[in-house]
Amino acid sequence: QSTLVLAEHNNEVLSPATQNTLNAAKKIGGDVSVLVAGTKCGPAAESIAKANGISKVLVAESDVFKGFTAETLTPLILATQKQFKFTHILAPATAFGKTVLPRVAAKLDVSPITDIIGIKDANTFVRTIYAGNAILTLEAKDPIKVITVRGTAFPAEPLEGGSAAIDKAPEGDYKTDLVEFLKQELTKSDRPELTSAKNIVSGGRGLKSGDNFKLLYDLADKLNAAVGASRAAVDAGFVPNDLQIGQTGKIVAPDLYIAVGISGAIQHLAGMKDSKTIVAINKDPEAPIFQVSDYGLVADLFKAVPELTSKL
Amino acid sequence: MSRVLVGVKRVIDYAVKIRVKPDKSGVVTDGVKHSMNPFDEIAVEEAVRMKEKKLASEVIAVSCGPSQAQETLRTALAMGADRAIHVEVAGAEYDTLQPIHVAKILAKLSQDEKADLVIVGKQAIDDDSNQTAQMTAALLDWPQGTFASKIEKTDGALTITREIDGGLEVIKTKIPAVLSADLRLNEPRYATLPNIMKAKKKPLKKVSAKDLGVDLAPRIKVVSVEDPPVRQAGSIIPDVDTLVAKLKEGGHV
Repeated sequence: QSTLVLAEHNNEVLSPATQNTLNAAKKIGGDVSVLVAGTKCGPAAESIAKANGISKVLVAESDVFKGFTAETLTPLILATQKQFKFTHILAPATAFGKTVLPRVAAKLDVSPITDIIGIKDANTFVRTIYAGNAILTLEAKDPIKVITVRGTAFPAEPLEGGSAAIDKAPEGDYKTDLVEFLKQELTKSDRPELTSAKNIVSGGRGLKSGDNFKLLYDLADKLNAAVGASRAAVDAGFVPNDLQIGQTGKIVAPDLYIAVGISGAIQHLAGMKDSKTIVAINKDPEAPIFQVSDYGLVADLFKAVPELTSKL
Repeated sequence: MSRVLVGVKRVIDYAVKIRVKPDKSGVVTDGVKHSMNPFDEIAVEEAVRMKEKKLASEVIAVSCGPSQAQETLRTALAMGADRAIHVEVAGAEYDTLQPIHVAKILAKLSQDEKADLVIVGKQAIDDDSNQTAQMTAALLDWPQGTFASKIEKTDGALTITREIDGGLEVIKTKIPAVLSADLRLNEPRYATLPNIMKAKKKPLKKVSAKDLGVDLAPRIKVVSVEDPPVRQAGSIIPDVDTLVAKLKEGGHV
């Protein structure tokens, strides 16, 4: 039994979710290898080689991996799989992992398993369905298990204590003319990233406009928090979709989650209910968000949020 | 001009609170309101707009499922699809139908129908798999434009803006291609009554997976479907000062 973890990184730095995925790989048991593919990904490869319990880090460096497209990574992963015959192939359940792994699975003729939150044994996995309203435990029948891992459901493996061998991944012609990566526009922010932030302040339709999100940014400044939003706020056009927390957006589990003007639709709860402490501020005492919050404040957010900001 | 194949799935309506069956075998679907997967509505809308802009010649809606899947296909036709293909999958086979099976069906139909584009929703709101577009693209050896929030068609190529974790990304793909629709791609129209009436007369063809040569053997065994753990609600606190005190107590500030 052996597992390949597909690392997510920007050539320099690993995504935090890769460390969580590594933990899931170790839970499955057996030999763990990591594949790091990029244009100049030496730093990312060296960084993950320091994690404990990895037998080898395979590195593929080439300009063809610019933009980390599924069309170029898939033949690389298939060549790696052909050589090493892994029983499990894992990636974080991020936009990256969800883009690449199903393409790999189709080529291997196996049914991928998306966004697992638990591992019962090497063939049996736990995941949520219906936006977290039901928990499915399934036994995979395919000989190779292709899996994406929900980062918040597994602890992060520290990048220290180990010294895995760094080898070259199988070489080949991974060039494609099917797709060309043009550009990436990451939302610029001095704030912590949503999926790795310790504190999150999140706004819903109750904010009434995009401009009013300033109230949340002021509060977030005091808490060194990331700012998120419900799908309702995204649908209403208040904020861009990369702020969306929920089953169709990001899944988060910070130490502190402050939900402001969020009613608590099922799809939103699925994205944040694993947070350690949940605070809800909403003027509607019947809002479902109060059923999951540790501290509920029934109040007008336009008064309560500035007051909270000033008193912190 | 392109021929566009759109995948539409019939799912429990997003507004329905689902119930887990007491025997833990699945969720209750009998007598529960169903509708088109909301992300698939966005896919249909995009295809229909392509046709309205004369970028597409024909829009074909496909759904895999029991006979009721035809209702979902009629909705797609009422939104503006030209014709529909119902791939009948029922009973135990439907219970274990997964994206891998659907991708094989869509790939085969794309070839049979000489489609240039396949558009599906990025995920279905029942199984939350987020796989069908990627797998269909792989099977056809076509490029994939997943989580698309903007699609621009030029001669022989597509420029696709994709929603990724930290923002947006822009790629250019060749045609033919498989796309998956994200939230902000468009706002789907409502089917009007006259269009619903017209949709009844549009052609709907029924085929089986067997006709298409697709093996529906299950790839997973469902061990159990259970209710999620219930989070204990805490307390309602009277004012901001109490909240500040609680946050301090918890070591958050």
